[in-house]
Formats: sequence, C-alpha cells, structure tokens
Amino acid sequence: MQNVYLDYSATTPTDPEVLEAMTPYFTEFFGNPSSIYSLASKSRAAIEKARGQVAAALSAQPEEIFFTSSGTEADNWALKGAFEKLRSKGNHIITTKIEHHAILHTADYLEKTEGASVTALPVDAEGKIRLDDLKAAVTDKTILVSVMFANNEVGTIQPIKAIGEFCREKGILFHTDAVQAAAQVPIDVNELRIDLMSLSAHKMYGPKGTGVFFMRRGVKLENFVHGGGQEKGRRASTENIAGIVGMGFAIEKMKARMPQEKARLTALRDRLIDGVLKAVPHAKLNGARGEERLPNNTNFSFIGIEGETLLLDLDSKGISASTGSACTSGSLDPSHVLMAMGLSHEQAHGSLRMTLGRGTTDEQISYVLDVLPAIVSKRRSMSPLWEDYQKKTGEK
Amino acid sequence: MDYSDKVMDHFSNPRNVGEIENPDGLGEAGNPKCGDIMKIYLKVKDGPGGAVIEDVKFKTFGCASAIASSSMATEMIKGKTVDEAWAMTNVAVAEALDGLPPIKMHCSVLAEEAIHKAINDYREKHGLEVIPIREFDHESAPRA
Repeated sequence: MQNVYLDYSATTPTDPEVLEAMTPYFTEFFGNPSSIYSLASKSRAAIEKARGQVAAALSAQPEEIFFTSSGTEADNWALKGAFEKLRSKGNHIITTKIEHHAILHTADYLEKTEGASVTALPVDAEGKIRLDDLKAAVTDKTILVSVMFANNEVGTIQPIKAIGEFCREKGILFHTDAVQAAAQVPIDVNELRIDLMSLSAHKMYGPKGTGVFFMRRGVKLENFVHGGGQEKGRRASTENIAGIVGMGFAIEKMKARMPQEKARLTALRDRLIDGVLKAVPHAKLNGARGEERLPNNTNFSFIGIEGETLLLDLDSKGISASTGSACTSGSLDPSHVLMAMGLSHEQAHGSLRMTLGRGTTDEQISYVLDVLPAIVSKRRSMSPLWEDYQKKTGEK
Repeated sequence: MDYSDKVMDHFSNPRNVGEIENPDGLGEAGNPKCGDIMKIYLKVKDGPGGAVIEDVKFKTFGCASAIASSSMATEMIKGKTVDEAWAMTNVAVAEALDGLPPIKMHCSVLAEEAIHKAINDYREKHGLEVIPIREFDHESAPRA
C-alpha cells in the first residue's frame, strides 16, 4: 500500500539535515547560554546565528526576532502583550472570524476577563476579509489589528500589504499570524508593513516546540513569559538551543527552495483540485483559486458525507488528510472557518483538507485521484442526506 | 480517534445498508446540523410468538461510530420479535461493538432512537399504541 501524507499544514517532518544541525546542541554544546564559560558561548553563538537566519528570511533585523515555544505563544504574546501595554490608550482589538484558535481564544479571554472589546471581521465566500469592513470597524479605541496571513484550513491569503498600510497610516499596531504562510510564500515585513508576526518551526520542516515572534523595532509590548533575562529581557526561560538552531536552519533552507517549490506545489495543487472537481460529482472547492490560495492547500466539501468517515476510508488506503467536521474537533460545531465562509453545516461536516509538501509527488496525486471518487461514492450510497440532496436537485 | 476492531469492521463493511420499499416501519433520528442522521427501515411479518422483524436496512450520514452503530444495531434486531427489538438498548449496541469512545456514545443512542421510531411507525400503522421514547438531546450533548 502507498503511504501518502497530505497533512503538511498540520505538521511537517523535521528535515534530516535540520535534525543533524540540531543534534550537537543536545549532547555536546549543551551549555546554558546565560553562563560565562566558553561552552556557554557556543550556545549563545548558535542562537545568534539562528536569529540572523530568521531575520534574513523575513527581511527583518536580528534584534526584531524573539524565539518562543510555539506559534501559539507568539499569538498570545501579540494580543496580551499589546493589550496590557496599550489599555490606557484603548481596549479595542480587531481580528477576523477565521483566525486560528490561538488568536480567537486569546481574544475571548481578553474580552471576558480583561475588559477588551473585540471585533471579529467577517469574510467573503472565499475566506477573504474586506478592507472596507476593517476601515469601518476602527474606532479611536482601536489598539491592535490581528489578521492571519493565510488561513490554515482553506489557504486563503489575506490582503496583508493593504491592511498593513492602512494600520500604519492610522497608527494602529498590526499583527499577523503567518504560521501557515511563512512556509509557503515570501514575506518581507517592511514591504508589507507588518509590526508583529508569529511563526512556527514545525510547519517548515523544523522541530516542534519552537516558534518566532517578530516585533518591529520601537514597538513596546508587555512581556508574556516572566522570569529570567533571556531574549534581552523580553522572553524569559532557558533557551531551547537545539530548537532555535533548527528553526534558523529550517527557515533558511525553506527560503532558498521556495521559488521552485512554490511552482512545483502550485502545479500539483491545481492538478489535485481540477482532478477532484472533475472526478467527484457535486464536489465543492472551499477557498480561492490561483495566487490568493496557498500553493500547498486544497479543501473540498462533499455533500452527503461526514468528514471523519472520509479520513478513515482514506487512511485505510494509506492517505493521511484532515477535515473540518465536528466529529474530529471535539466540539458541537464544525469548522468556524467554513461556517464563516457561509457553508451549511452539511457542507462543513463533509469537508476534506489535503495539504501538500516536500514529499508530495505527481504519482501520489494520481493515486489520490484514483481512490477518492470511489470512497465518496460508496459513502454517499449509504447516506440519507445524499438521497435527499439527489431528490432536491433531480440528480441521478 | 481510536476505535475497536469491531467498530472498524462494521464501519468498513457495514451490514444491512440500503432501503426497503414500502417499509412496515420507518424511523429517522439525528439532524444534519449535528452531523448525524440515521434512517431505519423495517419489514415485519407475523409469527407464532408475535410480530417478527424479517428484514431491516439502514442509511446513515455520520461518523464511523454512527455507521458502525447502525450496522451492529440492525444486525442485533434482525429476526427478533418487535418487542425484543424494542428492548435493545444503546448500551447493548455499544457493548457489542466492544465499546465506543465516551464522546461517541450518542451514536449508539441514535441507533436506539431510530429503531424505536421505526417500531412506533409500525405500531401506528397497525392501530397499536405509540410508546413514548427517549430522544437524544443533540444540542446540549457533549460530542466529538
């Protein structure tokens, strides 16, 4: 049986070269960077090298890069740090309905317990916010705008530059969660007018447990993790040296490969999208097409089927994918992203996300296109919802 | 989601899938909003010991445990008297599947509910008293 991993947006395998670069910092150069002997200076040098690699990949300055434990921590820092620092100026935060829970639940927390007022912008059918909605939402109390660079479920890329320019003009801090986007598309924090940004190593063939928070020079936020004086007193905790080394190497390597990998994945993505829409009747593509979609993202809805059954049937054929169905989310409702895009509950329950990556080949896409239509048709044949749908549409 | 081998077997090769034309009893439980709909079709004939479920078919929209619960429940009531079928509980279905994850127990409740509704449909058609049933509370139940 083939083994086809199509969940690269959930996580990526650590690049063997990245792992190799990390290994000595577990065993050999394990010194605490805060110590003064020469072993420790090796750790310090490794961290600063990684900081330079991350900065270079984003066209940022090294002193604007802070290492965290995850993208989620960086998101928490952005929202809580900005709110606590600026609450005397205002309490209004603008975000979107399709953010990752790391943003949405943090915003909820600030609203429920800290007196923040949060506006979550709606999105259109493709998952994009409208600039006019953002402009209309701004008040004299608005202190932060947080809009994700690209959505993790449907891959829609937001008009980041336009948002950045608007926020800069208004003097409002602009944060973007670029955890998905940074692994797929080039990011220049200056050109895009980004003030704060969150990244994660494990989405770009680096290790889990390491993230990056970009904080533009001159921006003052409250600290989020309190303790020792690491990261210039901004983020306490003994540095995860190996993880940081992995993050630096992973982003450098990813950036170098990006032009050809982006073109390669875009072609595979479009082949998969066209193939599924052609082979599966009444399949719906969720999200945008072309340049406004991440090169590695596909997301479909198959009316009449529930997502978990799809995942298990695909798994039995060696294919790993994900869904926005409630059955796998641990909550009553299906994906908040798909619902915000106006999908019905039935469509959201029947969603399938396949995200491509370095290991994805043309042959694998052919294999998926080979097995998926039969799975969908088998499950539809036992679905009363599909029966109703056929009656409604006169479909045979 | 870690399912038992029995669940995976009944999910991958579900028994009694389909419809019965002009069924003697038809029951439907669940709603698309929650991601589960179960439809049970009964063919009933009179026997010496009372009405017997001669044939049963199901159609289910839902997760693996919903499909496995439908398959197992229909297998358990096939050939039984209508009264015996009524007495089958969701717990018996879940046990026959070697257990369901706690957050998926509602799938077995749906099977019980759909069967009870199908039997009541049959009873109604035959001028018998409709028995009150417990309906699963979809909106407030913990789910997966």
